[in-house]
Amino acid sequence: MAAFVDISDVTLTYGGGASGTLALEHATLKVERGEFVAVVGPSGCGKSTLLKLVSGLNLPSRGGVIVADREVAAPLSIVGMAFQNPIMLPWRTTLDNVLLPLEIVEPHASRFRRERAQYERKARDLLATVGLDGFADHYPWQLSGGMQQRASLCRSLIHEPALLLLDEPFGALDAFTREELWSVLQTLWERHRFTVILVTHDLTEAVFLADTVHVSSKRPGRIVASREVTLPRSRDVYAPEFVALVRALKGDIIEVRAA
Amino acid sequence: MNERLESAMPWIFVLALLGLWELASTVLNIPAFVLPRPTVVAASLYRQFGPILDNAWTTLIRTLAGFAIAVVLGVLLGVAIGASRLVYRGLYPVLVGFNSIPKVAVVPVFVIWFGIGTVPALLTAFLVSFFPIAVNVATGLATIEPELLDVMRSLGATKRKILTKVGLPRAMPYFFASLKVAITLAFVGTIISETVASNKGIGYLMMAATANFDTPLVFAGLFVIAVMGIVMYALFAVIEQRTTFWAKRGDGLMT
Repeated sequence: MAAFVDISDVTLTYGGGASGTLALEHATLKVERGEFVAVVGPSGCGKSTLLKLVSGLNLPSRGGVIVADREVAAPLSIVGMAFQNPIMLPWRTTLDNVLLPLEIVEPHASRFRRERAQYERKARDLLATVGLDGFADHYPWQLSGGMQQRASLCRSLIHEPALLLLDEPFGALDAFTREELWSVLQTLWERHRFTVILVTHDLTEAVFLADTVHVSSKRPGRIVASREVTLPRSRDVYAPEFVALVRALKGDIIEVRAA
Repeated sequence: MNERLESAMPWIFVLALLGLWELASTVLNIPAFVLPRPTVVAASLYRQFGPILDNAWTTLIRTLAGFAIAVVLGVLLGVAIGASRLVYRGLYPVLVGFNSIPKVAVVPVFVIWFGIGTVPALLTAFLVSFFPIAVNVATGLATIEPELLDVMRSLGATKRKILTKVGLPRAMPYFFASLKVAITLAFVGTIISETVASNKGIGYLMMAATANFDTPLVFAGLFVIAVMGIVMYALFAVIEQRTTFWAKRGDGLMT
């Protein structure tokens, strides 16, 4: 029985040929259904590439990526994505931004016109769970960075994806907002139990949220260490076990960078 | 008080300019066939108002017709260039080359093909004004954030969906900004053609007036062209403001 996400011995070269940039080399990563996984590593180690492989936006040069028992050969619509930049569409209200995936992904797209009221209610509910009730009809540029990122999370989840891919989604936020959003994400995850791959350079964030933290080597990237986090949620970032784990991961990273 | 001053500013400035002109011409005693005073131009405008209006109408219709074709073809071409790397690589150099040809040089060719009159004027208006529209629409499409494309593609959006949901709305501010430039250029195109090959229109009227040394009438023509240009520009500025309010959030550098 294969894992929900199964990246086995994948190599990816950008640009093709011998002159291309080697982004990943012999990378292997397995994620179980419903698992929350974080990937940490030095910057430029191909972490984002990993997400593009899983979502089907890039195809591996060698090796295979299997998601939900199928070889990934094209973009997968069971995937939701959020990035460091919330990239809201400025001509749409927050509500309409959140609804965007439903206008594209089937079976919602063909029903969208007819059942708009129902979808709208769903989007408003989702916005309320991330603390954005009352802001649905605002334009994104009327919201703060943290609020935009909340909306961006809603957009990545509105079509109920089985797999959520997060590329440093909290990287540009201030410390208070970031920690608030960790809890928001955790609540959403505990409620819906989608599978998450979170790419981050924040070790505290990784340990706070993830079941398993994988450490990537520097470019060309591959997973060199994995640590399970068994602490009960919601985790106390000041607990000695928590701090010890973050410290151990830091040790891993230092080792990787020196290698 | 400040707001009233702000809305009065254009009029104040124009009147001051005309006053200065009037004063300078009188003091320096410049003959009317070299540089007529504003009052003389106004008198000429009043006396020949009928023919001026008639010719201005012709010019306006030609300009708007050429401009309309420019909008349609410019948008289509801009979308093609902005959405397809192949079209971009193939067509863009040709377009740039074509755009650098002075349009006066093309008018005689049009005359050979279509005779003098409306068709060459309309075509010249189209030729000068479609390029900024095409380039701006293409730019709007080409500068979509890569992450946004990733989101759309990962959702399985087709190219057509990406274009309608993201590309075109995003290109709108660029499009409307280009319309303001293009409409004034279209006037330039029409009038160039009318001065070379027409027997109607403001351009023709000015050429005829020049032949008669009727300099005040030439200036009256210039004035009418400027007014038409301003009105059209203002019209598109209002449309821009109404449709793409989301793209403009501050006053920029103006204080």
